[in-house]
Amino acid sequence: MSDASINASTLRDEISREDEASFGDYFALLKPRVMSLVVFTAFVGLLAAPVGVHPVIGFCAVLFIAIGGGASGALNMWWDADIDQVMKRTKGRPIPAGKVEAGEALSLGLALSGLSVIMLALATNIFAGAFLAFTIFFYVVVYTMWLKRATPQNIVIGGAAGAFPPVIGWIAATGTMSVEPWLMFALTFMWTPPHFWALALFMRSDYDDAGVPMLTVTHGRRATRVHILVYTILLALLAIGTAFSGIGGPIYLAVAVVMNALFLLGAWKIFRRNEDNSEEDNFKAERSFFKLSLLYLFLHFGAILVEALLKPYGLGGW
Amino acid sequence: MALRKEHDLHKRRFGRNLGVGLLLGSFVVLVLALTMVKVTSNGFQFPNTQSSTPSSTQSDQN
Repeated sequence: MSDASINASTLRDEISREDEASFGDYFALLKPRVMSLVVFTAFVGLLAAPVGVHPVIGFCAVLFIAIGGGASGALNMWWDADIDQVMKRTKGRPIPAGKVEAGEALSLGLALSGLSVIMLALATNIFAGAFLAFTIFFYVVVYTMWLKRATPQNIVIGGAAGAFPPVIGWIAATGTMSVEPWLMFALTFMWTPPHFWALALFMRSDYDDAGVPMLTVTHGRRATRVHILVYTILLALLAIGTAFSGIGGPIYLAVAVVMNALFLLGAWKIFRRNEDNSEEDNFKAERSFFKLSLLYLFLHFGAILVEALLKPYGLGGW
Repeated sequence: MALRKEHDLHKRRFGRNLGVGLLLGSFVVLVLALTMVKVTSNGFQFPNTQSSTPSSTQSDQN
């Protein structure tokens, strides 16, 4: 082999290594922002349960639920690498950016799924581990592989996967099931569609380009605005009703009344607008509704947490 | 011989190795802490290994 060909191959290697992934790129595969929601809601589910948990076991439970959530994120990125490349919002992700190979994401996702399920079962109970395994299966197979590209109700069904963590947290603490964790599940489940449909309204070309059958694409933008309002009304009824359950209380009720009034107002504004109004102010109402939705969920779960933390002192709850 | 200039690539690889090392170390500490909590909890019972098989019981008697 000549010196020239050796130099050429070294140069090629150097260029390909320029894109070599850093630790942060692998971490990004776990969707840290989604993971923070998982951590918070699982933590609330664990603490709202009427059973004391040793801090180390509680920490392990939340950690392994979060790792399970991250693993499903990596598997989602592996499967969706083709559409992530097309959408503006996702083309900076590690696989479309060329930092991480799709196969690496698959391996990482599978390894972390196994680790999280086994460790959660060992740290808490087998029921919690099995439920985490089901959640990963639901998000990756039912939502990502099957329904996301098949039905405009993808977000509604996919929302279920994101809503399971407080239920797993509760089961990790108690080993049993009851109504209260399912109320927390329902809260996230009903919140997800208006949250994502608002996003779809102002990120419109993204889903069109990727061919994902979002409601905005299949049923039109008017229908999406109607759906946002209907889901928000149902969500408000559920959220305020939860105040009178075992996980609610006066603090939660106050938060729920204020936040749902604001959320309903936002949904009403979106409903009243047409495309011309939205284009004029660059989707101001839709954007602020999306931002409010983040605060909405955080404050509802925060209020459930406060009620749970006050209970040992004779406060909290009714 | 002159040392090779450090490339950004080396920093990235070092960061990756350090990250994996710290994660593995933390995992070991976590499993140890979890084991300690489980073993010292009130409900914990050591498995009875004394009378597990008939042959071992017989040999013990002899």
